[in-house]
Amino acid sequence: MLKEQCDITTQEFQLNMGPQHPSTHGVYRAILTLDGETVTNVENVMGYLHRGMEKIAENRNYTQFIPYTDRLDYIAPALNNWAYVGVVEKLMGLEVPERAEYMRVILGELQRIANHLVYVASFALDLNGFSAWMYMFRDREKILDLFEMVTGSRMTLNSMRIGGMPSEFPSEFIPALEKLLEELPGCFEEYDGIVTGNEIFHARTKNIGIMNAETIINYGIGGVNLRAAGLKYDLRKEMPYSVYDQFEFDIPIGEQGDCFDRYVVRMEEMRESIRIIKQAIAKMPDGPIMAKVPRIIKPSKGEAYFHIEGAKGWLGFYLVSDGSTNPYRLHIHAPSFVSLGAFPEMSRGTYIQDLVAILASIDIVLGEVDR
Amino acid sequence: MDITNNIINKFGDKVQIVEGSDYPTFIINKDSFLDIVTELKEKPEFNFSFLLDITAVDYEESIQGVYHLMNLVQKNIIRLKVNLEKDKPAIPSLVSLYKGADIQERETFDLMGVYYEGHPNLKRILCPDDFQGHPLRKDFSMGIRGSK
Repeated sequence: MLKEQCDITTQEFQLNMGPQHPSTHGVYRAILTLDGETVTNVENVMGYLHRGMEKIAENRNYTQFIPYTDRLDYIAPALNNWAYVGVVEKLMGLEVPERAEYMRVILGELQRIANHLVYVASFALDLNGFSAWMYMFRDREKILDLFEMVTGSRMTLNSMRIGGMPSEFPSEFIPALEKLLEELPGCFEEYDGIVTGNEIFHARTKNIGIMNAETIINYGIGGVNLRAAGLKYDLRKEMPYSVYDQFEFDIPIGEQGDCFDRYVVRMEEMRESIRIIKQAIAKMPDGPIMAKVPRIIKPSKGEAYFHIEGAKGWLGFYLVSDGSTNPYRLHIHAPSFVSLGAFPEMSRGTYIQDLVAILASIDIVLGEVDR
Repeated sequence: MDITNNIINKFGDKVQIVEGSDYPTFIINKDSFLDIVTELKEKPEFNFSFLLDITAVDYEESIQGVYHLMNLVQKNIIRLKVNLEKDKPAIPSLVSLYKGADIQERETFDLMGVYYEGHPNLKRILCPDDFQGHPLRKDFSMGIRGSK
């Protein structure tokens, strides 16, 4: 780009970004090839947080692995719990009681809101909107308080069990949740004021990092980043799992798949999540919260793939059982990892400051990328 | 028509169906793998445009490459399996069909030691470059008491 505009000789050079760079959201590192300020290539370097989760799973029994899933996508642990217990239940053919499914929906959608709050906060922070960070974290704190009420833990929830839920919600939980749901729409308006309508934010995100739906599909990226590119496709609606077929909600989509669309879709999704939670509270049936599960979990020989609409994309688990108490093989299909695969193509030809916006907009978390 | 019958009609004895799985599962020969996946992706009656997942499993007799493909319109998911030799498992890369295969094949190469022929940049991704062995192989020990 630069070369065509001016008649000067330029030379490409390489610049290292990360792994300690604040805008890489953890220990992600990129080797940038630059021509002046224009990015000509990006090479992903990851694995700094690799803990061998899939190998660990082979050495733990089925129940023992649930807390490990908290440490994959540590911004959205409840959804990881859900996908993992879901695959074991699918393999064992367990029928989860309806009440437990409703409890999962409530926790899962709360977690989605908490995840998107961190997303919006760190996106704004990466674009130098320092004050925005505090607004979202103030409200995320309230969600974490609710999680603490239910599970005793704020971030590493360990909130689900194979076959259902470990315990009922405490009696003070639903009133506190309803109070929060009343407050949140007002908070979202605050965010709209401080971020969505901000002119600098527009300038930094609109028409930046565009990727159309076809390319996104070719990259195997499902979920919220795909919807931002304009395709109305949500696993909760298209292939409903759990009790999602019982709720009414809309699927927000973006227009062209730039950074701004990816942001707006998530803002809208938080509002839809509130709708889902409200319906779940109203419809929640009485009954048991745990299926009849054998004391020692030993799925018969076989395999299963189960994926859910995670906070960052389609979170899938592929489980192979040999009939023993430990998984024979557990593969984790992490949405952040797959999204990073498209990052080099999104960034090519942009400026170096746009690259920071693009990385923030695809929403990665390194616990999940490196596993 | 049912997708399972569709695939069997089209590919005949090139695919071998595995009964009793959660999704239609087929075992494919390594030599016809790339042709079959190309047809599954390009032919409108299949339209498996979405690569859901790539992984591999270390069984006693072979390393098995496992692929999940999805048809977004008809909401079908299928699973393809390819048995590979244990000493040097190699399989054609899918990068020319699905860009998303790039990063996932690198991961499987790194952790399971499957060589993807035709991959543009097949090198380690999660483990350090000088790491020895492939951790998800069953003969790789974590070296911790009580572990396998």
